[in-house]
Amino acid sequence: MALELIKGNTAVAEAAMRAGLVSYFGYPITPQTELLEHLSARMPELGRAFVQAESELGAINMVYGAACTGLRTMTSSSSPGVSLMQEGISYISGTELPAVIVDVVRGGPGLGNIAPSQADYTQIVHGGGHGEYHLIVLAPASVQEAVDLTGMAFDLAEKYRMVVCLLLDGFLGQMMEPVVMPDFQPVRTTPPEWAVGSPDSKERVVLTSINIDPPNQEQFNVKMMTRWEEVEKNEVRYKGYYLDDAEYVVIGYGTAGRIALTAVRAAREQGHKIGLLRPISLSPFPTRAVDELADRVKGFLVVEMSNGQMLDDVVSIAARRVPVDFYGRMGGMVPYPDEIANAIIEMIQGEHDVNADGRAKWLAKMRELVGTGE
Amino acid sequence: MTEADVKVVYKRPIGLTDLVTHYCPGCTHGVAHRLIAEVLEEMGELNNTIGVAPVGCAVFAYNYLDFDFVEAAHGRAPAMATGIKRTLPHKTVFTYQGDGDLASMGMGEIVAAASRGEQITVIFINNTNYGMTGGQMAPTTLPGQKTSSSPLGRDVETQGYPIRTAELLATLDGAAFVARRTLHDARGIRMAKRAIRTAFEVQKQGLGFSMVELLSICPTNWGLNTTNARQWLAEHMLPYYPVGDFKVSTAVSEMKIGGN
Repeated sequence: MALELIKGNTAVAEAAMRAGLVSYFGYPITPQTELLEHLSARMPELGRAFVQAESELGAINMVYGAACTGLRTMTSSSSPGVSLMQEGISYISGTELPAVIVDVVRGGPGLGNIAPSQADYTQIVHGGGHGEYHLIVLAPASVQEAVDLTGMAFDLAEKYRMVVCLLLDGFLGQMMEPVVMPDFQPVRTTPPEWAVGSPDSKERVVLTSINIDPPNQEQFNVKMMTRWEEVEKNEVRYKGYYLDDAEYVVIGYGTAGRIALTAVRAAREQGHKIGLLRPISLSPFPTRAVDELADRVKGFLVVEMSNGQMLDDVVSIAARRVPVDFYGRMGGMVPYPDEIANAIIEMIQGEHDVNADGRAKWLAKMRELVGTGE
Repeated sequence: MTEADVKVVYKRPIGLTDLVTHYCPGCTHGVAHRLIAEVLEEMGELNNTIGVAPVGCAVFAYNYLDFDFVEAAHGRAPAMATGIKRTLPHKTVFTYQGDGDLASMGMGEIVAAASRGEQITVIFINNTNYGMTGGQMAPTTLPGQKTSSSPLGRDVETQGYPIRTAELLATLDGAAFVARRTLHDARGIRMAKRAIRTAFEVQKQGLGFSMVELLSICPTNWGLNTTNARQWLAEHMLPYYPVGDFKVSTAVSEMKIGGN
């Protein structure tokens, strides 16, 4: 298998093609655009559907239509564009359709900037659209992992008939790394039995997210929740580093997790018994892994490129058994390993107060470090 | 009368289910549904069609039109239809949309689909108000027309002017066939059916985007009985929204309609 040097966005696009992508609909937005550009050439080349939509609203609703055929479909965008897509994501979820969305997160809120960020955690993991639904969210930390998770995203979307989001950040989207690309998978072009336009349907197919009678809607939501329980049972993914003898554990995903690993290794070299838990599935979250660690370690440090959106989930799982410190950079800023290393040392030397507010401590430090600009 | 004398002059099209519709008495949605079912039956396309329903009174169109259907988010039907058609190009794909759905919420999607020359058909119901939510002002509400959200009559100074959708979309090169018809009388209905047939043939033959705007009555929200509502349409809507073909591309003008 040959290693190729490929940019994250392009690699994900090519991996999706090889996973049997039948249609792609997107809209240009930095730092995601190479994904769309790659597919604008490659999809027509292989006789597959590509449309540059009029907006992210258009794109996600084209995906909605394509998903109704049950054939592999995808869109990609970055934070402000994904905010626009939330309406469609809710509808696709409410119609139980498989689709893959790639969010290459950038700094916000508002127009923000085009630098790497993880500030879409809340809108993706905890649902930015209306109503009760879940997405499966996969967060790679390297271009190779992004490629590998792309194929998995389509498989999971079809297995559970759910929306799967590949959550990247501008760093992963723009970075070039050597990767091994997967082989081409056979492309399914005939809609499955449950989809519109299927030759195998016994009777006509109507796909809708409307449940005009509340008791029916509630029943449907119970069904969706039951399916989600299955997902939680089967699809938790994370990677542990140096956890066996760890007294303290850093928790970080994606680019932040990767940078944290460098800091953790440095702390190990200094003799600190520190480990790293890197969630790969942010939803379902590795709740049990964090829960078990909370019983045996002295403290957590959550590291994010956001104001602590995953932090809230860790705090709730830790349930005041161990202190949960936090170190984050916001607005498109990326932490250096030594910033995280310092936060590790502070955690070890700290007061170990389980009632301390990790975010408040961090914010006070940030006010001194970067100020408020006023 | 002998059996030989009995001739079937009309029967329910097989593309319609047996359900009684939820539409108000006198509403022309039922007529529009029937015309679509008749045309698709005549074209032999019933088993090859996927409909896209709107948000609005016709949200349950798929309860009455008996073939594969999906239900779009408000205004987004042309985008959803695009996703289906690009994935399954040999299917006949159409949207059924009202004026709030198409000309307000979904103006971006319809203009984009038409300009792309998307090979879909759009059936557009213009009854000058938001029917389902109780008769509020729509982009198509006439100047001075009273609605539940323009109680003093639409004031063009503050509420703007109605949109002539067919004329607007006809300016786009990707639109192959754009026509307006009326459902307020028998002659108009016959003409509407021919236009709907043409629109679906345009798609079948891959000639581009096609849309038929259908002027419709809304007796309940207009506060008129059916007879007066039809008369109101003729007197007020037809002068502002003239019936006609606003775009017939060269290919469409040379198109042959087979079958019957």
